[in-house]
Amino acid sequence: MNWTLALPEIVLACCGMAILLIGVLQKRDTFHLCSMLTVGAFLITAELVVSGSPGLGYNGLFTVDTFSTFVKLLVLVAATLGVILSLDYNEHANLRRFEFPVLMLYSTVGMLVMASASNLMSLYLGLELQSLSIYVLAAFARDELRSSEAGLKYFVLGSLASGLLLYGVSLVYGFSGTMEFARLAQALSNPAHVSPGLTVGVVFVIAGLAFKISAVPFHMWTPDVYEGAPTPVTAFLSTAPKVAAIALLMRVMATPFGHLLVQWQQVIILVSILSMLLGALGAIGQRNIKRLMAYSSIGHMGYALIGLAAGSEAGLRGVLIYMLTYVFMSAGTFACILAMRRRGRMLEQISDLAGLSRTDPGLALAFAIFMFSMAGIPPFTGFFGKYFIFTSAVQSGLWTLAVIGVLTSVVGAFYYIRIIKVIYFDAGGAEFDHCPASLSVVAAAGALFTTFFFVLPAPFIAAADAAAKALLL
Amino acid sequence: MAVDLFHYLFVAAMLLVMGIFGIFLNRKNVIVILMSIELILLAANLNLVAFSASLDDLVGQVFVMFTLTVAAAEAAIGLAIVVIYFRNRGSIQVEDVNLMKG
Repeated sequence: MNWTLALPEIVLACCGMAILLIGVLQKRDTFHLCSMLTVGAFLITAELVVSGSPGLGYNGLFTVDTFSTFVKLLVLVAATLGVILSLDYNEHANLRRFEFPVLMLYSTVGMLVMASASNLMSLYLGLELQSLSIYVLAAFARDELRSSEAGLKYFVLGSLASGLLLYGVSLVYGFSGTMEFARLAQALSNPAHVSPGLTVGVVFVIAGLAFKISAVPFHMWTPDVYEGAPTPVTAFLSTAPKVAAIALLMRVMATPFGHLLVQWQQVIILVSILSMLLGALGAIGQRNIKRLMAYSSIGHMGYALIGLAAGSEAGLRGVLIYMLTYVFMSAGTFACILAMRRRGRMLEQISDLAGLSRTDPGLALAFAIFMFSMAGIPPFTGFFGKYFIFTSAVQSGLWTLAVIGVLTSVVGAFYYIRIIKVIYFDAGGAEFDHCPASLSVVAAAGALFTTFFFVLPAPFIAAADAAAKALLL
Repeated sequence: MAVDLFHYLFVAAMLLVMGIFGIFLNRKNVIVILMSIELILLAANLNLVAFSASLDDLVGQVFVMFTLTVAAAEAAIGLAIVVIYFRNRGSIQVEDVNLMKG
């Protein structure tokens, strides 16, 4: 048995235990040290992921291919940005505890397992490891009512979703007789033999995964959890787990259930349209920027699902490129939101941004870049993500989806550009506190990637292409 | 009367429905919600074991072992979150969980 396939996950999990030990044994405050060690562990893991060789191991439980490598690298980048974003906030918000980066690390281990899952069992275990860590992170500010309420809501709805997913898994297992993706694909290759029980199981699995990517109608938790959780947790929540969950959804839909395209395509199309509409319309009335980001992320997941609904290689490639651009946009936006602080108090209202262009032109510029990119205006990355998605939908003949997508992104542009209007044209308040280096680094990295992606998109597109090909084999 | 696969699936489906209704119709106590979540997980477990026996395949029973562990971890985390919520709010009534409107 080739156990080295899972070396990145094993090393990362062991690093997590070592960091936990260091945190417990040291008498002094080790939040900073443990965060740095976590970033180091992510880098080592990324190195191992890149140097790993493809294959199927652990009796078909675990697979490594170009798709899983792409997703894992993206997840590790997103998680690293998440840890860096938490450094300064946690110092100020009195959350200086070493468990914080360790929980992020274990949640990342879960996401890596999700990216490599090739059996319903490893799918479920990866998903649960990821979610359980994030339930705790959402309630991490334990003296604050809002945070504990966010944790409670996320926990209840999240475990309901994983319960439904598990029930779906049990039905799929019972009516097909196997849990391995490869053998499931074989068993389902003749759609005439598919029993209704199995279709019900697939729908339950889609419902459970749709919850994790906060697609409508399983989005109820998103605005509350985004608003209540500590802001670095929100930043983490909106990037890495989304990538892992949508990657898992892609793999499950393309590999074992690929032959059932006709059955699940309708469901995904419906979910995608509803998410785009709610993302566009729900955000309009929001005053709190974290809530606005929640609706924005619901909308973005709707766009990403268009590519999945297309069911073609171009569509899957589009989803991967979309997630790549989304991670940098979202992490950058949250870096800007974390920089909104006056005399040590965090601000969350959009109106607090008024006059930012005069008091801090750099931050204002970064904000404007991310908002233009989210609205999908060229030459920023958001445009390319949407471009690949919409062209794949048109190629697959899903005109309705493409048209609704374009219309909702016009509506979405309204509230993104309203933020830019507040920043550049409204009469302003006082200056923000000095922006700490960690946030500047993340905001600058996100802004550079978002702005200059169009100069050299070829390697990223080629990587996404290879990843999408691996999925459809 | 012989007890066959159908009866097990029927009981599991009832447990699932009870669990889901327990979460959405319950207006009283968060603990009841935790119990409902446990019911849903048990419904899936019962399904898995029944299928495993009828398919004569061990995978389902192995999966149940993992699921039980996950369910225990989930219950521990859920209770911990309920405890910190109670400390901040002074109540675990479902209708009091309303600071943020979703």
